[in-house]
Amino acid sequence: MSVRIVIAGAAETDELGKLPHMSATQLHLQAARNALADAGLGKDDIDGVATVGTPGPIQIAHALGITPAWLDGTGVGGSSFLFHVRHAVAAIRAGLCHTVLITHGESGRSRVGAPRFAPAPDSLPGQFEAPYGVLGPATTFTLTALRYMKETGLTHEQLAEVAVAQRRWSHLNPRAMMREPITVEDVLASRMVAYPFHLLECCLVTDGGGALVVTSEERARALGTPRPPVYVLGSGESAESPIISQMEDFTTSAAFRRAGEAAFAEAKISHADVDHLMIYDAFAHVPIYGLEDLGFVGRGEAGAFIAEGHTSPGGRLPMNTNGGGLSYTHTGMYGMFAIQESVRQLRGEAAAQVPGVEVSVVLGNGGMFASAATLVLADREG
Amino acid sequence: MSVPAPPPPPPDGPRPPVPKPVPKPTPDTLPFWEGAAAGELRVQRCTACARHYFYPRPACPRCGSQDVEWVATGGRATLYSYVISHRPAPGFEHEGPYAIAVVELEEGVRMMTNIVNVEATPENLVLDMPLRVVFEERGGVRLPLFEPAYEPAAEAAEG
Repeated sequence: MSVRIVIAGAAETDELGKLPHMSATQLHLQAARNALADAGLGKDDIDGVATVGTPGPIQIAHALGITPAWLDGTGVGGSSFLFHVRHAVAAIRAGLCHTVLITHGESGRSRVGAPRFAPAPDSLPGQFEAPYGVLGPATTFTLTALRYMKETGLTHEQLAEVAVAQRRWSHLNPRAMMREPITVEDVLASRMVAYPFHLLECCLVTDGGGALVVTSEERARALGTPRPPVYVLGSGESAESPIISQMEDFTTSAAFRRAGEAAFAEAKISHADVDHLMIYDAFAHVPIYGLEDLGFVGRGEAGAFIAEGHTSPGGRLPMNTNGGGLSYTHTGMYGMFAIQESVRQLRGEAAAQVPGVEVSVVLGNGGMFASAATLVLADREG
Repeated sequence: MSVPAPPPPPPDGPRPPVPKPVPKPTPDTLPFWEGAAAGELRVQRCTACARHYFYPRPACPRCGSQDVEWVATGGRATLYSYVISHRPAPGFEHEGPYAIAVVELEEGVRMMTNIVNVEATPENLVLDMPLRVVFEERGGVRLPLFEPAYEPAAEAAEG
């Protein structure tokens, strides 16, 4: 029997949104302190640190006064924090460390102490993407959608419904950046960013952070962590192409499929066991791919499934219940916030709480369908 | 590694236009850019499994063979998918909305490009339409772009 691993602490920065008075490092450190407080632990209880981006795990550990016996700087985009959880589970089970702090902080909107975005002209994207006038994810991540629409019959209205459904959730969440209810007509009337994507089908760009404390169930008990433990029942990770143009099939993500299958198999759950779902939503088509690639619906069915309200409040598969990257927050590497919402739902303390959530699945994307990781989380041991 | 020189002070008057990004070849990609300079769209082909592949890599991504060669393609493709960007990247400010596309060559490989010599509208850009390569001179390299490859009859039919 493997050692049971739990998320014993979870917290976001005090504020999310436009925070020009805070650097990326400050956002990491505030989130870290909040998560440690949530877990009822001090810095000396932590012996493992994982994070991605600026400034990296060495500086985060040093700034917090943590002496690490284990470090993970896996940086594979917005899914990285799901990878960190998965790697922390393995490291704790292997005895490499006991209690891991995973942090995220990103000045995605204000760009304070943040690196530049443009790829080097001799890099792979610098040679084979940037010359064609791409401008970040809005003109690359979105490239798959028209092919998906042609092959499955997904309509522009159904794509817009993704944004409408998530705004129904964020309307219930005081911390969400965008809360006003919207209609399909509103979405289709919003400014065109990269056809077929309108502004309201693109994620927010914000500042913020979050952090997690991961340890064994036994150690959480011994340390007396005060919050309901969230069990990590299973996880999976994979990757596909570093540049979107080389994604094998523009209508399905191989990385999503592989990461999902591995997580479900390890957790020994079926789709019927899942009460709540978080799917990384940098753009409106990503949850559509996620629902299909995780196997919740058949190919070409996700658009109708969302439009029929099944993922909305009161629906049978509540999804992106914080409002998601489209309406809650999106710092650039959103995966941390998807995990945070799953933890809140499993603890029963979410702003838009779904009744009786026992099993929650989180799917994280990195880059433009480049990497993926899935976590199966639960309010009890497997 | 040398320390880069500081940027020159901003000149008086209007700023010069920002140039479009220029790719910088590396040893592994140089044959691609040399081909483009010669008016050829070249990709790699595995002689072991007889399949073309792109982007440039030293071994076949499918069978792992290092017995690979650079070959010229016919420069003919179809439109696999695209977006029409309404938020111009630096250097693209004066073009109006433009099509960033992924095309599939007859040889079976895909690459990102722009669709040119046609107004970028959903009506003009129909998935799977035939395309042909053209080259644009930019900053000392030639960049492969694609334009519609209308059949003469089809062109007449469209009036």
